[in-house]
Amino acid sequence: MTKSRVNPVRGVGHMGRTIVSKNEIKWGLSVSLFGVGLLSVGLLSVGLSIAPAQADPVDDTLVIDGKEMITRTAAPEGHPFKEVLSGWLFRTEETRALEADSFQNPAMLGVDEGAEIWETVEGTAGKSCASCHGDAAESMAGIGAHYPKWDPETKRPVNMELKINQCREKNMGAEAYKFDAREQKALTSFIKYQSLGDPMSIDLSQGDMRAWWDKGKELYYTRTGQLNLACGSCHEASMGKMIRADHLSQGQVNGFPTYRLKQQGLVSLHNRLRGCIRDTRAEMPKAFSDDLMAIEVYVTWRGTGLSMETPAVRH
Amino acid sequence: MANVKPRVKVPKTASKGEIITLKTLISHEMESGQRKDKEGKPIPRQILHTFTCAFNGQDVFSCDMEPSISANPYLEFDAKVEESGTFVFTWLDDDGSTYTAESKVAVS
Repeated sequence: MTKSRVNPVRGVGHMGRTIVSKNEIKWGLSVSLFGVGLLSVGLLSVGLSIAPAQADPVDDTLVIDGKEMITRTAAPEGHPFKEVLSGWLFRTEETRALEADSFQNPAMLGVDEGAEIWETVEGTAGKSCASCHGDAAESMAGIGAHYPKWDPETKRPVNMELKINQCREKNMGAEAYKFDAREQKALTSFIKYQSLGDPMSIDLSQGDMRAWWDKGKELYYTRTGQLNLACGSCHEASMGKMIRADHLSQGQVNGFPTYRLKQQGLVSLHNRLRGCIRDTRAEMPKAFSDDLMAIEVYVTWRGTGLSMETPAVRH
Repeated sequence: MANVKPRVKVPKTASKGEIITLKTLISHEMESGQRKDKEGKPIPRQILHTFTCAFNGQDVFSCDMEPSISANPYLEFDAKVEESGTFVFTWLDDDGSTYTAESKVAVS
């Protein structure tokens, strides 16, 4: 990404823009993001010399431990798409195979760690998760498929990470996990894994959830950053196309925390949302901030009916 | 290194002379030695450099691993089993640690 020697005038020319700088170094930097620009121009169908490559979702069935996952399903009412598609359908054959085998899936190492944390006594109350909730396979079955939920006490939606922190502080007398602490990702994955295969849905009738959904929707379509991209620019308008060497999926959240091969570890949803916003060259909202919680509510709704795949494997 | 956990998958039973598939996965950073920390200092290499698998004391499979191998290395290989016994899997770490896992197979 450093000072590229690619002729910037040629690169910019493809984009059909008239602004051409002779400052090679300055433009050289942005040329490496040429693919991004190309796509955003593609949306507006402005004089494209190269047709964007298509990377349509594959026709394949995901079966994990004998359980068939719902990777495509009819969209809920008011959804821009007819069909919602899991990100699994947009990945390569090798990556898909990695998720389909729960032994090979490297994220299962995190789930195993989460299972240990579940049993570990921490905090002044001398309790572990298991002290109150018992066997997670029973008590947490299906729970993770319906977050974020309305929290009447704090009067905002809570996701699994926040719920765990509340429980740690209130009931265990333990410290809340810092954002993206290894233990937070492991325990969140472990709890959500108990809902593997369950269709994802959230209850918008509770509290002010509808208002948060509205806010999330507004943010989803708000262009942001120097690249002036909204979530919808890529994940709605360009779904199925390539962004540089990568397939653009619908940006579904049913597999989080997910193992990203690129990062060689579990990645939380708010980490990924922040990463996406950073890539538009905008300022990143803090994890669990109102903005990101609103987006989480909205994008979770956008995946209504998809199976929980936590922990999924993505590129 | 904290949190190094091996996982192995071996069929519990097999018939005599059968070729079985063994799968292993271990949590490890596989720090390549090429990266730098926030202050610009190189992060020293720490990888699992050797893997061996023995069946009833006899080597079945072994390999050297190099710094470009991803975190949490996964290895899969086959072995022909003639008798019941125990597979012992061993990983050697740059820091001198040894991680092992065992799994029994009953051959009929």
